[in-house]
Amino acid sequence: MNKIDLANHQKQFREVMEQYNARIVICGGTGCMANGAGEIIEAFHRILEEKGLKAAVAIAKEPADYYMVKSGCQGFCQMGPLVTIYPQEVLYVKVKECDVEEIIDKTLIGGEVIDRLLYRDEEDKGVSDMHQIPFYSKQKRTALKLCGFIDAEDIDEYIANGGYTSSENAVLSMTPEEVCQSMLESGLRGRGGGGFPTGKKWDLTRIQNSDIKYVICNGDEGDPGAFMDRCIMEGNPHSVIEGMIIAAKAIGGTEGYIYVRTEYPLAVERLKTALKHARENNILGKGIFGSSMDFDIHIMEGAGAFVCGEETALIASMEGRRGMPKPKPPFPAQNGLFGKPTVINNVETLASVPVILSMGPGKYATMGTAGSKGTKTFALTGNVAHTGLIEVPFGSTLREIVVDIGGGVIDNDGNNVGPDFKAVQIGGPSGGCLTQEHLDMPLDYETLTAIGAMVGSGGLVVMNQQTCMVQIARFFMQFTQNESCGKCVVCREGTRQMLNLLDDIIQGEATEDTLALLEELAHTVKIGSLCGLGKTAPNPILSTLRYFRKEYEDHVLRHHCPAGVCKAFLSYKVVSSLCKSCGLCAKKCPVNAISGEKGVPYVIDGERCIQCGACMDACKFHAVVLG
Amino acid sequence: MAMNEQPIRSFDMVCEILDRYHKDSTKLIPILQDIQDQYSYLPEDIMTFVSTALGISSSTVYGVATFYAHFTLAPKGKHIIKVCDGTACHVKKSDLLLDVIEKELALDKNKKTTDDGLFTLETVACLGACGLAPVLVIDDKVHGLMTPETTLALIHQIKEAEKNEQN
Repeated sequence: MNKIDLANHQKQFREVMEQYNARIVICGGTGCMANGAGEIIEAFHRILEEKGLKAAVAIAKEPADYYMVKSGCQGFCQMGPLVTIYPQEVLYVKVKECDVEEIIDKTLIGGEVIDRLLYRDEEDKGVSDMHQIPFYSKQKRTALKLCGFIDAEDIDEYIANGGYTSSENAVLSMTPEEVCQSMLESGLRGRGGGGFPTGKKWDLTRIQNSDIKYVICNGDEGDPGAFMDRCIMEGNPHSVIEGMIIAAKAIGGTEGYIYVRTEYPLAVERLKTALKHARENNILGKGIFGSSMDFDIHIMEGAGAFVCGEETALIASMEGRRGMPKPKPPFPAQNGLFGKPTVINNVETLASVPVILSMGPGKYATMGTAGSKGTKTFALTGNVAHTGLIEVPFGSTLREIVVDIGGGVIDNDGNNVGPDFKAVQIGGPSGGCLTQEHLDMPLDYETLTAIGAMVGSGGLVVMNQQTCMVQIARFFMQFTQNESCGKCVVCREGTRQMLNLLDDIIQGEATEDTLALLEELAHTVKIGSLCGLGKTAPNPILSTLRYFRKEYEDHVLRHHCPAGVCKAFLSYKVVSSLCKSCGLCAKKCPVNAISGEKGVPYVIDGERCIQCGACMDACKFHAVVLG
Repeated sequence: MAMNEQPIRSFDMVCEILDRYHKDSTKLIPILQDIQDQYSYLPEDIMTFVSTALGISSSTVYGVATFYAHFTLAPKGKHIIKVCDGTACHVKKSDLLLDVIEKELALDKNKKTTDDGLFTLETVACLGACGLAPVLVIDDKVHGLMTPETTLALIHQIKEAEKNEQN
């Protein structure tokens, strides 16, 4: 097969791009799509056509006035659907189908900015330069740089933006030792949660003697509240493939697999398209980039088991067995898939690899802190003004993330209360919580481990003062209990018992011994489990006990939930003297638990009530109270 | 039983799937996934057939089928409601959506499909639409920023449509 000429490809692409008057980028991430981005794309095509204009969707294939891209997630989910117009770089937020005509007339044809569609700053002024929006300006998008800018299904776009030059360079002009050395120099550590140095992992696999070696991309992102890997696979699948090619060069890999959660159908589809295009361009297959190296990648869909995020369980699953972890050593580097040396890296780690080689490992290492180099993506969610996908250098503080990028904490009444969060949960079901005292602490692998939390895969859930920490601990315990594979007794039974104890606390049935028992059990599970799932499962309990012990004690000793969340300790009542018998509460009640008639105060049937609070929100006279 | 009436056609499809993977037992998971795509669940006799064809014990196949959450051993309802219970949705009160759906459809923790076979209720961990929390998915369409009231309205809408279809 002919060797692909990347430079020529880039040149041709640029020439083609010049024929278009503007580039319209519409975010096609899950959040924007659910908010109607699909209809907006259709509207653009329809209205442009009505005006005798045309937008090309697949590059170069046809002459047109505009070029339209459906990109991967741009991260600013709260403000979606997002429409960006280049070259002016104007970002329109919360765009509706009915706005499309105005955008075409005023911005595309007229060249002016529509103020009402811009992001509003604190003084309610429209921000026309997207780089001035704090959500973006405080980030350092490195692994995510092209995610949300390019069309994920077009290999030409990736190549035009410098894609595949790092892998070509690695394959043609670097030795495996040099590639490993570059990774060590960059200080890159596994982004999936473990934080093991990537260069070291590769080097351990490189020195194994075997004719077959595997490269596996771990895309089994299972943490509830984390979707970074999904966005990368959907938004820039070629960066993952390129990272895998470089890993294969480093270890002498012959075959690659991408293990993707089956819940991510779009990621699977995009990866399949990307693999096909890479093969067509001699980037995968026999003699890649005209070298003597053969390497191809296959996709394996997971079947829904969180524990398969653990390396050895993932391998068992790929071999067609129940996904149960094995003791290490032997490490996968020595004895992995089908008994062959195997390197397993997380999606974000692999997507960072080509960026590191193109910017230079030394430069990459200038970002971050002494022990944690580079950047990390986080899924910022919960009670925060701007939820979404972000990327910041290690060493950023919670204040920067929650206040500057996140735009502040939102309380249950919808007010912005600035940095006043109760806790920020980091690292999902394996992690812990951070509190106000950590607001200005630089976040990296070391500092987080020291306070009993972890970077984890990157879920960052902001919780406001009205959140019950016992409920949060229970939520995570329910998850790990459900996902425990059952191999180790302490994990299988321990998570179940911890869940039962938490239920006792929440239902007001706990005794004075409950907390001590819970703590003892948590420590036992932590030391007695085989794999990461069990070892970290008690973290949410230990961490909330550490910072919110009083809240636990309130539940146990005083039968009181300070946040007013636990249903066992509260019930909704109508204050007769305030009730005007308007019946609005009864109308709003989704389970018909409220009854009454004109002139008589309404009453709530405690048996049927599901404590949703709809009546309280509905009542204009504040006659519905919690007591 | 339908299975006995058309045994040849049913197993033809399974054979085709098995051949696609060269009867390789390490491909058990993709084989079961393809079978489930066809039947919407994993019928017991087909699992036994698969184990014989692959030369592994039926308990191995059953073990894999019950280990992974994606596999189901019972037929699902016509409409699948997935309530996201990822952390962000949970913090934004997804449990209230679950409560109201369970009450409306007379379902509970152990009963996931309605007697009339119209609805199956599932919870999923994070759909990645946290910006729209709480989120639920009905038949692959994502509905964001849900409240108990809007959830009920959606279900009533489907019930109504089903009723009209029957008439």
